[in-house]
Amino acid sequence: MGKWTLQEFLEKADRYLADELNIEERAEFDRFRVENPLFEEKFQQHQALISDMMQYKRRAEFKQSLNDVLVQNYQSKAVFRRMWNVLRINGVAAAVVAILSSLATLYSTGYFSTIKRTTSDYSALRREVNNVKRNVNAQHTAIKNINNSQSEQPDMHYGATGFLLNKNGYVVTNYHVVNGADSVHLQNRLGESYKADIIYKDMTKDLAILHINDGEFTPSRNIPYSFRRQNLDLGDDIFTIGYPRDEAVYGEGYLSSATGYAGDTLAYQISIPLNPGNSGGPVFDHYGNIIGIISGKQKGIDGAGFAIKTEALMNALKDIPEEVLRGGLELSEKNSMSSLSRTEQIKKLQDFIYIVKVY
Amino acid sequence: MSNIRNILPKEIDDLSLLKGIANRDNRAILQLYKLHYPYVERMILNNNGSKDQAKDVFQEAVMVLYDKVTGQGFVLESKLKTFLYAVSRRLWLKQLSKKSNNHYSIEQDGLEESLDLNEDLELHEVQEQQFEKMESALRVLGEPCQSILTDFYFRNKSMQDICEKFGYTNTDNTKTQKYKCLQRLKKLFFSGNPHDA
Repeated sequence: MGKWTLQEFLEKADRYLADELNIEERAEFDRFRVENPLFEEKFQQHQALISDMMQYKRRAEFKQSLNDVLVQNYQSKAVFRRMWNVLRINGVAAAVVAILSSLATLYSTGYFSTIKRTTSDYSALRREVNNVKRNVNAQHTAIKNINNSQSEQPDMHYGATGFLLNKNGYVVTNYHVVNGADSVHLQNRLGESYKADIIYKDMTKDLAILHINDGEFTPSRNIPYSFRRQNLDLGDDIFTIGYPRDEAVYGEGYLSSATGYAGDTLAYQISIPLNPGNSGGPVFDHYGNIIGIISGKQKGIDGAGFAIKTEALMNALKDIPEEVLRGGLELSEKNSMSSLSRTEQIKKLQDFIYIVKVY
Repeated sequence: MSNIRNILPKEIDDLSLLKGIANRDNRAILQLYKLHYPYVERMILNNNGSKDQAKDVFQEAVMVLYDKVTGQGFVLESKLKTFLYAVSRRLWLKQLSKKSNNHYSIEQDGLEESLDLNEDLELHEVQEQQFEKMESALRVLGEPCQSILTDFYFRNKSMQDICEKFGYTNTDNTKTQKYKCLQRLKKLFFSGNPHDA
């Protein structure tokens, strides 16, 4: 009797287990196992493995059958439901007529325009200077100046935030901030104010591009931040600087959803404390790259702020007609703050963020 | 399968249903579902569950039954309905208490009898563990090894068939391939178990 290799031995074992060996072969196989305890061990292991595998297959197939039956059951229910729908259709037609006529009545009485106004839960975050207060102030100045005909500076209507796109004096903010503006001024943290022109507005993206049109503005230094085009991951920490009041206010938080209000894919949901005046503010990632522009928040829901993605900004920039441009629109590509601490980052970048004053 | 053949006699006894389960008969499974699922669904819907969860629980209860039926020395000590209901109840309680640390109780509704299910649930758990272990081993093993071994051991295909199906030059090559696959599976399957290292 020659010795078997392990492969030959296991082939024999398969046939042994399947009962395909004749009596002599069986006896030989048994004898071999007794004489070679090492092979006996291999045999036991082999047998266990095969049996486990068979058991696995049997259970897998049973699970599959079980699943199939459940799925079929679903389908039969669906068919039943469809038939029911057909039977219902006459009733539905009558109901539709009734509903349509009542809707028409409601529409003609202006019911829906009120509803829309009261139920929109998105709030843009421009800072509205109190109307009453403004009127009172206007009266005060009118009284004060009653004797001299000199006209004063008009009062500010809205305040928001904007930031420089590149050193050629382009600034981005929200459409809703500058919409209907007579004039726009940008004020830096030192209190210096520059007049700016609106060169592009995009209502759907809620973006507006301004250009500083002021002899005193010196486009001296390079912009310290760059623009990050790739999407951020949920939970990445982010920060912003804005002007909800006349001083710069820092806020930090995290990216809470990859889409914005009502599933808007060109926006993020962010969790940062936001107040009226934050609109148009830059959103930075951990390294100080700009990832978006704050646009608004959802009423009644805590921490649901929204920021327009950089991608939308890029698209808007491409749409600007050549003839309105006054110098290159290339975005700054170099980030010189990535290794700095947060306070250092803020010191560097706050010169490039402005209060947008709309008159 | 035609619809007519799906219609079983109304009163079907537990034993023939069990036989159908053991033989993986779809009609038996469907019957099991029709007869016994509604009670389970109601119990779970009444106890903070959804329909999908009810389906999952019932499916697992049927697996417990399957493991019991295909296990050694199977005896049915209770009505099938009682068994499935009691198992589903236990499984659902387990899920509820996993979700929170509170101790949940499901109100008694007269359908359950006091059954000793510990043994059945343990058997099921062991089977499920082995199942998952084998599943992950086979997944790592990949193709064509998985199919070769399945065809040979489970479907009883001849080496000749397998040779043709996978395009090997001769049966000797196929045998060597099968042997290598088997050795790899052995390593993968037993590597999770320190006793057989």
